[in-house]
Amino acid sequence: MRFKIWYFVFSLLIILPGLYYLLTSGLRLGIDFTGGVLLEYKFEKNININELKQTFIQDGVEVGQISSAGSNIYIIRTKPLEQDKINKIKTDLNNNFGKVEERRVENVGPVIGKELSQKALIAIFLASLMIVLYIAYSFRRIPKPASSWRFGIAAVVALIHDVLVVVGAFAILGKFINVEVDTLFITALLTIIGFSVHDTIVVFDRIRENLLKNIGKKFIDVANLSVIQTLGRSLNTTLTVVFVLIALLLFGGETIKWFVVALLAGIISGTYSSIFNATALLVWWEEKLGH
Amino acid sequence: MWIIIILVIFSLIIDLPKPVSIKAFGKRIQINFPLKLGLDLQGGSQLILQADTSEIDPQSKDSALESAKNVIERRVNLYGVSEALVQSSKIGEQRRILVDLPGLKDSTAAANMVGKTAELDFRELISSSSAEATPSALDAVAAFKPTGLTGADLKKAEVVFGQGQKSSSGPQVSLEFTPEGAKKFAEITKRNVGKPLGMFLDGQPISWPPPAVQQEILSGNAVITGQFTLEEAKELVIQLNAGALPVPIKILEQRSIGPTLGRESVNKSIIAGLIGLGIVVLYMAVYYGILGLIADVALIIYTILVLAIFKTGLFILPPITLTLAGIAGFILSVGMAVDANILIFERMREEIRWGKSKSLALDLGFKRAWSSIWASNVSSLITASILYGMGQSIVRGFAITLSIGVLISMFTAIIVTRTLLRMIINRN
Repeated sequence: MRFKIWYFVFSLLIILPGLYYLLTSGLRLGIDFTGGVLLEYKFEKNININELKQTFIQDGVEVGQISSAGSNIYIIRTKPLEQDKINKIKTDLNNNFGKVEERRVENVGPVIGKELSQKALIAIFLASLMIVLYIAYSFRRIPKPASSWRFGIAAVVALIHDVLVVVGAFAILGKFINVEVDTLFITALLTIIGFSVHDTIVVFDRIRENLLKNIGKKFIDVANLSVIQTLGRSLNTTLTVVFVLIALLLFGGETIKWFVVALLAGIISGTYSSIFNATALLVWWEEKLGH
Repeated sequence: MWIIIILVIFSLIIDLPKPVSIKAFGKRIQINFPLKLGLDLQGGSQLILQADTSEIDPQSKDSALESAKNVIERRVNLYGVSEALVQSSKIGEQRRILVDLPGLKDSTAAANMVGKTAELDFRELISSSSAEATPSALDAVAAFKPTGLTGADLKKAEVVFGQGQKSSSGPQVSLEFTPEGAKKFAEITKRNVGKPLGMFLDGQPISWPPPAVQQEILSGNAVITGQFTLEEAKELVIQLNAGALPVPIKILEQRSIGPTLGRESVNKSIIAGLIGLGIVVLYMAVYYGILGLIADVALIIYTILVLAIFKTGLFILPPITLTLAGIAGFILSVGMAVDANILIFERMREEIRWGKSKSLALDLGFKRAWSSIWASNVSSLITASILYGMGQSIVRGFAITLSIGVLISMFTAIIVTRTLLRMIINRN
C-alpha cells in the first residue's frame, strides 16, 4: 500500500482515454435507447451488400448500418418504421434475392428508449446507494478508529471506477468499431457492480477481522496483510469467472458477444479496484484525515 | 448426507430431457417437466402497446385499458396461439398492454392481430329465422345481420341497479346512445319488438343469449335486464365499452425472433456452458487437488439442482422462463459458485499453515469464511433485486437466474462440500 498513489495513477490512465471519448463522442446508443428497427435476414445465396442497400433505398427507407452476422446473414438498422413498410421490404427482398428468412425483427419506439435510459440511471444510482448503506450497516461493529461509512464509500468509489472503465471502453469501441450499447449492456453494468462489491467485501471483511486481532498495529500494515491473505482467493475466483466468460465469448453466439465483453472488462477491473482502489483509498483516508 | 443424495436423484429425474414414467407403488407416474424457454429462444413475437386514454374520463381509464386487454386476448385466442400471454400494465399515467406470442414468427400477423381497435356492432335476426327459436351461439354469426348500429353510436354503457321499477332488481346494464345512435336505435327497436338483438364484438357474439327488445325505444337510453350477477354485468359493460370507447392503440415496441435464431442460441449456449463448466472443474482439481475435486462434485450438484429449480419453480413459483440473458446469468453463476469454496479452501490452507490439525482447519475454514461469503452474496442479491425492479423482461430473466444461482451456490458450497469433506477426514 506504499505505492498507492501509483495505483490511482494507473486507474486514471485506463479511465481517462475512455472518459475522453465518452465526453466527446459519447456511447453509440442502440435501438433499445434511441428507438429504431433492427432487421436480421438470412439469404439463400451470396448477395451484394450494395444491392441489399438499394432495395431499402427504393422503398424510401434510410439505412443506418448493415452488418454481417454469419454466412449470408445480415443485420440492418434503420429509424423506426411502420409495420407496412417492414412487410414491403420483406416482399421486395424476396423478389430481388430469392427466398429470405426473417430471423429477427425488432421495432422499438422512441418512448421506450427514453424510459430505458432513465431506468438504467436510477438502477445504477439505487444500487450504489443500497450498497453504501448495506456495508455501513454490516461493518457497524468495526473497531475504532475505523468507520464503517468509510468502508461503504470506498466500496462505491471502487464500483464507480469499474463502471467508468467499462463505459469508457464501450465509448472507444463505439467510436472505432461501431459497437452499440443496448439493454444487455445495462444488465452487464449492474452485474459488474454486484461483482465489484462482492470482491471488495471479501477484502474488507478480512481487514475487519485483522483489525480485531491486531489492535495497536498501524492501519496500513493491517490493510497490507489483509490484501495479501485474500490475494489467492481474489485471483482464483476471477480466473474461474474469466474462464467461463471466455467460453461464452468463443462459443456463445453473436447476440451476447458484447454483453460478455462488457462483463469480462468489468470483472477484471473489479478485482483490481477492490485491492488497489478501495483498500488503497481507505489507507490514504486514514493517513490524510486521521480517524 | 442422505438428504443430499435424495435431493440430487430427485433433481436428476426432473432434469431428464425426455418425459419418463416410473412404476412405483403399482402406479405409473409420469414425470415431465419441460424447460420453459423465453421468446428469444423458442421464437415468437413480443409487443408493447400504448393505450391512448387521453380522451377518456379519468375514472374509466382503467376499465378502458382492461377492456382493450380483453379484446386483444380474445383475438389472440381466436388465432389459436398457444400459451399466449396478454398483460396490462400501468406505469404512472402510461397505460400499456404487453403481448407475448410464442411460436408466432410472422411479425406481420402479430401486428395485425393486436393493432386494430375493437369493433362493436348490433345485429338483428335475418327475417327468415323464427323469432321464437333463438339460435345457438355457434349459428349466431349466420343467423344475424348487421343493423348499421355500431360501437361508434354508443356513448357509454354502465352497470346500474334496478330502481324499483317492475320486478327488476339486481344489476343491469344501461346503454346510452349518441343522438345519431338514438335515431338508429329507435328504428331498429321498432321493427324488432319481441325479437332478440345481438351484440357482436369483432364479429363474435357477446352476452349470449341476446337480450330481446321489449318495446320501441326513442330516448336513446336502454336498459338490458336479465339475471346478471354483478360480475357478468361488469364483464358485459367492459365488452360493450371496448367497442364504444375504442382506445386507440399504438405499437410502441415489437420484437419477433425466428425459430432458427432461437434454436441456434440455445445450442451455442449449451456448448459454451459445458465448456465453461469443464474448464472450471479442471482448474479447481489442478489447483486444489482433492479439495478441488470435492468442490467439483459440489459444483455439478449445483448445476443439477439449479436446472431442476428452473424446470419446476420449486413447485411454489411458476417455472422459470429461460431467456438468452438468463442462460448467460446461469453460466456466469457457475463461475461465481466456486467462489465460496475458494474462500473456504484458502482459509483452510492458512489454518493448516498455522499448524492446526486438518479437522480443526476444516471447521475454522468454514466458520471464518462464512462472514465474507454471507456479506458478499447479500450484496449480489441486492443488485439482482434492483435489476429485477427495472422491469424489462430480458433484464428480469437475468436477475432471476442470477439470484437462484447465488442462493443455491451458498447451499452447495457450504453444506454439500462440508458433508463430503467430513466424510473423507473421518475415514482417514
